[in-house]
Amino acid sequence: MEKTNERIKVAVLDEMPEKIGRTVRIGSLEIALFKLADGNVRAIENRCPHKGGVLAEGIISGEHVFCPMHDWKICTTDGKVQSPDVGCVKTFAVKIEDGNVFILI
Amino acid sequence: MNQEKIVMVGNGMAGVRSIEEILNVRPDHFHITIFGTEPYPNYNRIQLSKVLQGDTTISDITLNDWNWYEDHDIKLYSGETVVHINTKEQFVQTNKERSVSYDKLIIATGSLPFIIPVPGSDKEGVTAFRDIQDCEKMIDCSKVYKKAAVIGGGLLGLEAARGLLNLGMTVDVIHLTDCLMDRQLDETASKMLKKELEKQGMKFLMNKQTAEIIGGDRVEAIRFGDGEVIDADLVVMAAGIRPNTGLAKESGIEVNRGILVNDYMETSIPGVYAVGECAEHREVVYGLVAPLYEQGKAMAAHICSEQAPGYEGSVLSTQLKVSGVDVFSAGEIVEDEETKTIKMFDDWKGVYKKIIIRDGKMTGAVLFGDTSEGSKLLRLINKRANVEEYMGTEEAAESMVATMADSELVCGCNGVTKGTITEAIKKIGLTTFEEVKACTGASRSCGGCKSLVVDILAHTLGDEFEKEDQKEPVCGCTTLSRDDVVEAIREKGLTYTREVMNVLGWKTEDGCSKCRPALNYYLGMINPVEYEDEKESRFVNERMHANIQKDGTYSVVPRMYGGVTSADDLRKIADVADKYEVPLIKVTGGQRIDLFGVKKEDLPDVWADLGMPSGYAYGKTLRTVKTCVGESFCRFGTQDSIGMGIAMEKKFERIGTPHKVKMAVSACPRNCAESGIKDIGVVGVDGAWEIYVGGNGGTHLRAADLFCKVTTNEEVMEMIGAFLQYYREDAAYLERTSVWVERVGLDHIKEVLADKATRDALNARIAEALSVTKEPWKEVIESEKIRKELYETVRVTK
Repeated sequence: MEKTNERIKVAVLDEMPEKIGRTVRIGSLEIALFKLADGNVRAIENRCPHKGGVLAEGIISGEHVFCPMHDWKICTTDGKVQSPDVGCVKTFAVKIEDGNVFILI
Repeated sequence: MNQEKIVMVGNGMAGVRSIEEILNVRPDHFHITIFGTEPYPNYNRIQLSKVLQGDTTISDITLNDWNWYEDHDIKLYSGETVVHINTKEQFVQTNKERSVSYDKLIIATGSLPFIIPVPGSDKEGVTAFRDIQDCEKMIDCSKVYKKAAVIGGGLLGLEAARGLLNLGMTVDVIHLTDCLMDRQLDETASKMLKKELEKQGMKFLMNKQTAEIIGGDRVEAIRFGDGEVIDADLVVMAAGIRPNTGLAKESGIEVNRGILVNDYMETSIPGVYAVGECAEHREVVYGLVAPLYEQGKAMAAHICSEQAPGYEGSVLSTQLKVSGVDVFSAGEIVEDEETKTIKMFDDWKGVYKKIIIRDGKMTGAVLFGDTSEGSKLLRLINKRANVEEYMGTEEAAESMVATMADSELVCGCNGVTKGTITEAIKKIGLTTFEEVKACTGASRSCGGCKSLVVDILAHTLGDEFEKEDQKEPVCGCTTLSRDDVVEAIREKGLTYTREVMNVLGWKTEDGCSKCRPALNYYLGMINPVEYEDEKESRFVNERMHANIQKDGTYSVVPRMYGGVTSADDLRKIADVADKYEVPLIKVTGGQRIDLFGVKKEDLPDVWADLGMPSGYAYGKTLRTVKTCVGESFCRFGTQDSIGMGIAMEKKFERIGTPHKVKMAVSACPRNCAESGIKDIGVVGVDGAWEIYVGGNGGTHLRAADLFCKVTTNEEVMEMIGAFLQYYREDAAYLERTSVWVERVGLDHIKEVLADKATRDALNARIAEALSVTKEPWKEVIESEKIRKELYETVRVTK
């Protein structure tokens, strides 16, 4: 049976710099958290499907992040790797309430 | 359905190209079977030298992959050789006992390398340079052996030699006469070529006839007719090719040098055709690609019973595929009493042009150093144009394009016609050279037809054609080149990356991982004092001031000026390694110590404990200044190399540059600090310093060029400062000095920096840029905000 999503507070919105990722570790799970230029926050698994690169350290452009290891381009909204490469990373829903950033797991 | 059966012997470029032509005309009419001895689908043989030179891979030179054969219902027997043709009963037999009957037979067996029949030529380590197997053999050999000899200083030999140099071997090129490429070049161009290739590291033995290959099972040396002997672990025979006509001859088909064919490529036996390097047409056997495509077209039309003009022969043209050397020749190359010539010779810049005119018509040309006119000249020579036509202006180039037939070949390497290009431009809406190249393949191989492709683009687009678009863009987000962007930043006074992208009409809202760091660099270079560096536009290592490793940990290299350390510093490093359980401590090639496996969140504490400045082992900036021990201890040292190295490192550390910059100082020409392969290398000689620039010990191994010789330490600083700032201002982001120096030319740099006032201005600008740099580790230690934003990991325990 599916459990209801757990809300976990991970950051204060105002303290997040734009277009710079942050590493969030929840138990053994590692998540890359980004505040995009438009103010939206995205959370994806901090692991490039190519060779496991840490995506939190990538360059962010629009809603995409470029993996710092071999420059794969990944959409932070749907987790899809952009062509010519292929693959997908896990995405997590983000909620912002009273200036606090929550991840739903 | 009763299909006509075509069998083709040979699976190479000319043959398969002909099949493509046939399929174009009558797609479903024929049942096609192809036999090829090599176990590969059709690949671009002329690109093998690029594979050898490391510029491309075997999979990239495949022209028709396995699927292509399947998609067109072509039965391909690769790795299978036809051994007999029965021309009476019309069938072929193979070495695997297979018999296949035909209605039409195409012989496209190409040519065989000519192995000089000297004693020992069958020894291990002697190879031709003709197919993928030869190429792989040479690559394997270079891993074990060091000394290569190439017999033959023609096109193929020189391309092989360049490849072997790239593979790290020393190369002797042995040539029968005293002129390289003597079938394609005149004496002047040949001498210029030799000089240039010697500069690249090739050694030449001219006027040498090979007499014997010496060795046990494997080659060990070569002996020449004059008795001289040289050592060799690998011998590449590139002394020419011979048409592969054995099968045809045995099967009773008329053969002279090649298989005799008429203008429709028909042999002496009805229903049997020959095309490509194995065929002899009007007493000429062609060994180049472009004519073979024209032959294929003529033959295809005939096989498909189309009315078409036959093949009438081609003017030969050549382009050497060796990086850094531009050579072109077409038609007649040597003048006689009845010819006149137009000549241009600039020894200083290394540019030479000769056009041969017979009865007012252009009949041949040789170009060296600048081959941009090559394809234009070839077209004019092909139609024996009046010389006045060449003397005309740019309009002439366009009108020439206008008169070209759609079926005419533009790119000889990839077989792309004018029609294919114009159709792609119109149908897909291409507007730039790069797009045409990507879409049609024209100009993708040797690049010789680039100017012609640009002319076709200009002619097809008319007023919509924009010359500016034709430069290499910064990245896919824009059509603007590096120069356009830098000029616009300066002129419009742009101040941050987002503004540059907005004002200059970027296609993406926020750039990409290529343009963002580049723009960040250009903005900082142009306006060092006011520009605020954008951390989010920096590549991870430069943002974090440490070198990211594959597991997401970092490596830390503290500054160790001139490679000199102290017991105190070593103790501190050891303590840090213990405290943070550093898994690997390694001495670097740049004379410092690298701590590997440091966790992101530990970085600020590690730096604080070290109490040393960042060594910038991760940055596009001055990395280290490697030094030898110099006069204070060494019995050969003539100068204080350590002192000089430390002074240089202290002066130029932290300056942002287009790419990393490595320096070295040696105290004598023994060069223990390896100054000859650094971006800037200083070598002490008695009473003076030599400064070398543009060296590289990495991917593109390049010896540095001597830039100048000065006597005082102040002059060394002045010259380095000026050179470095000019590089900062002129090079493209991510362009190493080795590439930059080659692109703009050492002479040009010398010329610019010869002027004292220019040097002073450059030094003033670099001093300004240096004045605002900050020690990055200290900055992080002192700023809680940066630590939190960049280095902290949010931990949630569940």
